[in-house]
Amino acid sequence: MTPTADPTQKRPLGGVLSVEGLDALLRQLQDRGYLVIGPIVQDGAVTYEPIASHQDLPRGTGDEQRPGMYRLRRRDDDAFFGYASAPASWKRYLFPARSPLFRAERSEGSIQVDDTPPVQPRYAFVGVRSCELAAIAIQNRVFLDSNHPDSTYAARSKDLFVVAVSCSDPAGTCFCQSMGTGPEAQAMFDLRLTELVGGSEHRFVVTPGSPAGEQVLAAVPHRPATPADVTAATEVTQRAKERMGRSMDVTDVHDLLLRNREHPRWKDVGSRCLACGNCTFACPTCFCSDSEDANELGTGAAVRTRAWASCFGLDYSSMHGGTIRTTIPGRYRQWMTHKLATWFDQFGTSGCAGCGRCITMCPVGIDITEEVKMIQESDRVKTTGEMQ
Amino acid sequence: MIPRVHRVRERIQEQGDSVTLVIEPTDGEWKPFESGQFNMLWAFGVGEVPISISGDPSEPGRVYHTIHDVGAATHALCSLTPGEELGVRGPFGRPWDVNAAKGRDVVLLAGGIGLAPLRPVVYEMLARRAEFGHIALLVGARTPGDLLFPDELKAWRERGDIQVETTVDRYELGWSGHVGVVTTLMPLVAGDMAQTMGFVCGPEIMMRFGARSLMDRGVSEDDIQVSLERNMQCAVEQCGHCQFGEFFVCSDGPVFRWGRVAPMVGVREL
Ligand SMILES: Cc1cc2nc3c(=O)[nH]c(=O)nc-3n(C[C@H](O)[C@H](O)[C@H](O)COP(=O)(O)OP(=O)(O)OC[C@H]3O[C@@H](n4cnc5c(N)ncnc54)[C@H](O)[C@@H]3O)c2cc1C
Ligand code: SF4
Ligand code: SF4
Ligand code: FES
Repeated sequence: MTPTADPTQKRPLGGVLSVEGLDALLRQLQDRGYLVIGPIVQDGAVTYEPIASHQDLPRGTGDEQRPGMYRLRRRDDDAFFGYASAPASWKRYLFPARSPLFRAERSEGSIQVDDTPPVQPRYAFVGVRSCELAAIAIQNRVFLDSNHPDSTYAARSKDLFVVAVSCSDPAGTCFCQSMGTGPEAQAMFDLRLTELVGGSEHRFVVTPGSPAGEQVLAAVPHRPATPADVTAATEVTQRAKERMGRSMDVTDVHDLLLRNREHPRWKDVGSRCLACGNCTFACPTCFCSDSEDANELGTGAAVRTRAWASCFGLDYSSMHGGTIRTTIPGRYRQWMTHKLATWFDQFGTSGCAGCGRCITMCPVGIDITEEVKMIQESDRVKTTGEMQ
Repeated sequence: MIPRVHRVRERIQEQGDSVTLVIEPTDGEWKPFESGQFNMLWAFGVGEVPISISGDPSEPGRVYHTIHDVGAATHALCSLTPGEELGVRGPFGRPWDVNAAKGRDVVLLAGGIGLAPLRPVVYEMLARRAEFGHIALLVGARTPGDLLFPDELKAWRERGDIQVETTVDRYELGWSGHVGVVTTLMPLVAGDMAQTMGFVCGPEIMMRFGARSLMDRGVSEDDIQVSLERNMQCAVEQCGHCQFGEFFVCSDGPVFRWGRVAPMVGVREL
């Protein structure tokens, strides 16, 4: 994956893959030693898992997403990528929910630490959405553009091959367009597919985004794209934009939230929030982790694991002298203010990619776009006297 | 992220359930540190916690930590005996800005275990005594039996070039010093404080009152340095736990200028 592809750089128009061509692409990636991960249907949801061929893909499957609701639906066509996004993001591959940090043994009082880094697979992700690429870019900043780059994250992501897919059917909870993160990937992919399902020929317009992508494409049977193919692909994106379920006004959101740390809305949303942490685990950018020490039964070895943590947990801010965020309003404020405001100070980017997962996965349907709106409106009243 | 193995050279039982561990890296590669920085100390099989370095930054080879036994990890660390090993990651964090106090008067305000992270500052300033004006070290402890480093405090007082005042919250038989919270010592420091640099370390509530009392005497809020405490797991801006507004306390701190954090310290649960 090229971390920063220059969108202005002229790339070949690309080509067109048939369904057989898609299979050839998957095989080509496997032959090149990639572990190919793509969407499948499992337990009533789309999920990103190792795939072998197009037969594993969620053909004819769409999804319906609303605050607190996710459901698959049968599409009236045969689209392979006709769902919006999977509840569990790609995060779990580059930043697994649990990953071993080291194992240590002690004999006769002397400690030996074994820090041999585990061998990481070379991943090819197939079906990555634009917002998901934006989320990966955000996590790259957190883990790689750091004073202390994370070597295991680097090992997992350095050879990543990305096959992006343009969104055709955004969900009701999507708001990538207002965040400037979608619906069509502009950078960070090796190949980008736009699926054209109607009409005579089920096909994919394929655009390379990197030299690696060009090489792979060259090895896969395809035909050149015609102007009609390109127009049809543009229309897919245009229609997706028009059907975006939500939006967030992010002008001034950084300052807005920082000057409203004492806003009554925190109490309001905090009274609905269950502090279950679903939003943080579903969120493709949340990076917090615990360092867990355990003792191996039998050997007495000490093992340290890095495990996803959530700022909604009570322990998250606990110290010997007491816990900082004892109430749910305090924790919700931390979550949303970090995402949309302090993330900029820390990493020079928003912490939100507009994927909508936190809205879909919230058991009580709390909607981050709505929460921002409420604070925005009352702030306008306060600062301009409007509506008084 | 991988701890380096260190061996305990010496264990000094301090007053008030605290222990100073003097440790050395088993690979002989000692890392220099600055006053106010901390290490992540790992007690094998128990856990890893942030502990300030309490020794003299100009003494190479060894690392000093003074640990208050309050829970599982600190208890395991305090129980280590000479020859035993532990893991160390660090040093981490933004140190005290000692040089900013050059040519000025200094007030060091320490509450409880907060004296440990300030001790390196005392060593440093006494070694470069001529560079600073009047130095006052004001120390508070819960009871006389909790006072850290009493012999050293006595030796410093006897030097005559540093004002050392101590107070306890609760009087006990045999105590002839002051009684009251540490800020009650402030009137003992004479003169105008407009040019004074303050260094404050202790429980957060004590730092708030400490900063307030310095400002009441004319110290500017940007001339007060405080060392904040938060939950820390990684110490390298990665785990998120230590966040305080936009700051990662592990790396942007633990030492901050009071003027920068005061408005945030006032917000509950930030
Ligand atoms: C920068 C810094 C410097 C410090 N310097 C010193 C020092 O010089 N001497 C000293 O005695 N104490 C110091 N502390 C406080 C010390 O880290 C805590 O007392 C210690 O973490 C408590 O752990 P415990 O397991 O003994 O206690 P418990 O109350 O049993 O804590 C249980 C667990 O909570 C977590 N935890 C609790 N408090 C903290 C914390 N502050 N940071 C991270 N995790 C925490 C740990 O995972 C710990 O294992 C410092 C803290 C910070 C942040
Ligand atoms: S905050 Fe919500 S919408 Fe934004 S990236 Fe995270 S899960 Fe997606
Ligand atoms: S929102 Fe919460 S869990 Fe997510 S990265 Fe920020 S502090 Fe961590
Ligand atoms: S301790 Fe992990 S981010 Fe500061």
